[in-house]
Amino acid sequence: MSVFDDIKGIATGFGVTLRHMLRRPVTIQYPEQKRVPYPRFRARIVLTRDPDGDERCVACYLCSAACPVDCISMQAAQRADGRRYAAWFRINFSRCIFCGLCAEACPTLAIQMTPDYEICKRNIMDLVYEKEDLLIDGCGKDSSYNFYKHSGIGVTQPRGAGLEEKPPVDVRSLMP
Amino acid sequence: MTASTVDIALFAAKLGMVFLAILTLAAYLVFAERRVLAWIQDRKGPNRVGPLGLLQPLADLVKLLTKEDFIPAAADKWLFCLAPAMAAIPAILIFSVIPFGKPLTIAGHQVPLLIADLNVGLLFFLALSSIAVYGVAIGGWASNSKYSLLGGIRGLAQLISYELSMGLSLVPVVMLARSFSLTAIVDAQARIPFILYQPLAFIIFLISITAECKRIPFDIPEAEGELVAGFHTEYSGMRFGLFFVGEYINIIVLGGLATTFFLGGWHGPVLAPVIWFGIKTLVFAFFFIWMRGTLPRLRYDQLMHLGWKLLTPLALLNILATGWWLVAAS
Ligand code: SF4
Ligand code: SF4
Repeated sequence: MSVFDDIKGIATGFGVTLRHMLRRPVTIQYPEQKRVPYPRFRARIVLTRDPDGDERCVACYLCSAACPVDCISMQAAQRADGRRYAAWFRINFSRCIFCGLCAEACPTLAIQMTPDYEICKRNIMDLVYEKEDLLIDGCGKDSSYNFYKHSGIGVTQPRGAGLEEKPPVDVRSLMP
Repeated sequence: MTASTVDIALFAAKLGMVFLAILTLAAYLVFAERRVLAWIQDRKGPNRVGPLGLLQPLADLVKLLTKEDFIPAAADKWLFCLAPAMAAIPAILIFSVIPFGKPLTIAGHQVPLLIADLNVGLLFFLALSSIAVYGVAIGGWASNSKYSLLGGIRGLAQLISYELSMGLSLVPVVMLARSFSLTAIVDAQARIPFILYQPLAFIIFLISITAECKRIPFDIPEAEGELVAGFHTEYSGMRFGLFFVGEYINIIVLGGLATTFFLGGWHGPVLAPVIWFGIKTLVFAFFFIWMRGTLPRLRYDQLMHLGWKLLTPLALLNILATGWWLVAAS
């Protein structure tokens, strides 16, 4: 009968809530209890260096173009040897949504996400990070990658010295 | 000191203690509700202010007192200010007829543990519980807001749906106790509480008092999903606080009444009578909170359907059956 079904339904509901009342809460008491994020957690962004200690970023603007909220800006510059770098590099963390698209777009692995999620500030202007704030001394997630060893022909090393490069061939010596 | 001054002093002390106890209990009921609801939802609830969050009611009070006391420009100011009091005061007044313990004897003076032993205590309760809805209706009307008005009207519609079944469900209690006095009703349950004779009346009464204190599943006049906050949408600060505390005083008072009518009042083995009364009342309070965490809100036509087509006929049948049984037994 439908009345008994109704009563059974209501009683079941009361049972469910009673069981949850006795269950351990899932709450994490934040400032005292901190959860340890996974290594690939997407939070504060850093600019890394290559294994030789040089800045990885070549100021290609790809991260800036990929960013859906337009919070990355920079100015490209060139060193005497032809290697590019960012004269200034700025991320506005008050707009960043930590989507990770910038890190995905970066061809040099310069821009990377770290699991440090505690970057709240009292003053919103403090959330604008300049290059000095972003640049770290390490390589981040990939400690062996060096963009100029794979690409950037003739910029930091003579032609043919790259990892996937063969020594240049003198075409005039290529006789049939 | 003459005997009467001592009596008056004892009475005043009793009055003050009851008032204080109810207000404190109501404040802590708000806290308890937030904690229990949190547990139901696998959360912890407020636990920051003081040990275990026990000072939270104090923090709430400070917050409510320091909020702006806002009166809408087009509101009817007098009624607007009057309505919260009209909602809270009847709730406190009802408690005056509830016996919450065995009569004490202090310094040769008999002190009954209730404020006023009216011989029509039950009717007093029914009358005041109807007055309480004026607070809702007037508050809704005076705010000059659509949502408030709808809430107030719903409050009235709700009143006429449950009030009848509530009154009728108490008739068998009166028939069994042969008195309208709450003291006599408690005395009549010295051996067996009425819930064993009248389970149906108890259930009808329980459903009706849930509607009376406007709690989920019958919080139709508030209905925050539909009406913002219903009749107290426009209220802020301590005026809102009065509506709010009135609701919780209502829970305590109605729990006390259900205890008195069906669970044998302060009667109980081993523990002191006042403690028994407190335990039984708090069980009802807990049940109300538990119910809030469990059931969804009814539509108001569903409430009327329930009240008029189910509870009222059942209560009438119950009265007939009780009368028949009493005649057959005598
Ligand atoms: S994480 Fe997303 S939003 Fe933040 S800087 Fe990178 S691309 Fe922009
Ligand atoms: S961080 Fe990467 S993507 Fe952005 S400008 Fe530098 S090299 Fe290009």
